[in-house]
This record gives sequence, structure tokens and C-alpha cells, in this order.
Amino acid sequence: MFPLGIFPYIVGGILIGIGVSFIYIITGLHATQSSFFSTTLSYFSKIPYFQQKQYLNSRGWRITFAVGVILGALVYTLTLSPEGFFTTSVQWWRLALGGLLVGFGTRLSKGCTSGHGISGLGSLSTTSLYAVVTFLVVGILTAMIVQALGVVP
Amino acid sequence: MRMRHLIVFIGGLLFGFGLAFGGMSKQEIVLSFLQLKDLGLLLLLGGSAFVTALTINLVPKILKRPLLGGEFKRRKRMLSKRTIIGAIIFGVGWGISGQCPGSAWASLGVGNIPVIIGIASMFIGAYIMGRLFT
Repeated sequence: MFPLGIFPYIVGGILIGIGVSFIYIITGLHATQSSFFSTTLSYFSKIPYFQQKQYLNSRGWRITFAVGVILGALVYTLTLSPEGFFTTSVQWWRLALGGLLVGFGTRLSKGCTSGHGISGLGSLSTTSLYAVVTFLVVGILTAMIVQALGVVP
Repeated sequence: MRMRHLIVFIGGLLFGFGLAFGGMSKQEIVLSFLQLKDLGLLLLLGGSAFVTALTINLVPKILKRPLLGGEFKRRKRMLSKRTIIGAIIFGVGWGISGQCPGSAWASLGVGNIPVIIGIASMFIGAYIMGRLFT
């Protein structure tokens, strides 16, 4: 069940929780991820959906947050990471097709693994619980089917 | 305002460090979780949600408002068909690629450059959603 041990997962999860908590206690913001795509599109698209007030109000800090996430992962890579930089061997078309569905689906659902999974569950939201169970079950089924079809890597 | 950005940035550093530490920046690890070969990411999700739940539910009992002002709110979303249909579509994309929005940024930080393709696609997907559901 845990071929790589449980230590990195538990420590990683607690660090993420501390990051989200730190932002919440000081600013009251829910630091979630997928809204970034819609709020950043508000700079480029005049479509009313992207020009919603809540998107215009949060688009600045969401970019700051994404930059923080990138640099946080970079700091880990340059310090504690046992193997340093990493490049996936998952095929490009899987990244492209999967990314398209992730972008569309998370925005339609109004949350992703962090919005529903961390902040939503942390807020004891039943809506988020339904969403998390749904994307976990569907994600598992999809990954199993892709594997069964012999798509590697 | 500048202070708010600094705090969000520091929180983002912790978030990204944690994602990379927990291996979520590697699509291979995410896929091995979804293939039920390594359930570790369940601990990562559970651990982060647990710490966040403690904060969101206990801190407002001690502090009246966030330190920089404003108010403490829970994250509430109305349950609708879109919540579930969106989660299904997200799940399919997650299972195909092993990517989700936060982990994609962490991937960039560990030098996992091909994920730029995934991020560009997420923008396109989010754009199509906004276009169709305005």
C-alpha cells in the first residue's frame, strides 16, 4: 500500500495545511488553486464570465500564490530532494488532453483537489465532499482503464 | 495590500514545498496512486485537509478577524449538477494525465518542464468553460 513509506506524504500534507492556514489566519483568504485560470484569463478576455467582480478582486494575489508554489517546489528540489530535478515520462498527448479536461472540469465544478479537497473539506462543506468522492472515484477508474489499454507511460 | 501579497507568497512557498516533498509534482506518483499501487497521496490529502480543518474551525473562536482585517468565512459552494459533472470531467483528466492545478505549478518548480503543455491546456479548458457558461 505504501511502497515509498508514509513519511513524505504526511509531512507534505501537513506543510500544505500550514501554508493554507497561514494565509487564512492572516488574510482570511482561502488559498485554492484552480480559480487561478479563470482569474488570470480576466486580463485577456472580455467575456462576462471572466470579468466577474470576485475574479477581478482576486486575480492579483492568485498570481502571487502560483509564483510562491513554483518557487516552494524549486526550493525543495535544491535542498532536501534526494534526486534533484525531475522530468516526467508521461506522454505529451496525455498531459495535453488531461490538462484540457482538468481546466474545464475544475472550473465547472468550482474547485479542484485543493479547492474542494483541502479548503472545502476543511470548511466541512458537504458540496466539496461529494465533489472529492466523485473526482477520486472517476480518477481511479480512468487511470485503471488507461493502464488496462496498455498506455505506458 | 503589499503585506497581503507577501503573506500569500510565503503560504504559497509552503504549499509548493509540501507538494514537492509529498511527490505530487511527479505525474508518475499521482498515477500510481490512482492505480491504487501507492495510497500515500490519500495521507497527503487527508493531512492537509485535517490541518486546514483545525484552522478554519478553531482559529475564528480565538481571533475575531484575520490579522490583516476582513472576516473569517468558510468556503461554501452550492451543490449543483455542475459541481458533480465538473468533478467527473476533472477526474477523467486527472486519471489520464496525473495532473491537477496546484501540482502542475509544483511540477514547474521541480523542473518538470513537459507539464507546461498541461498548464497551457488547463488555460484552454478554463477558457472554453467560461465561454460556454457565461
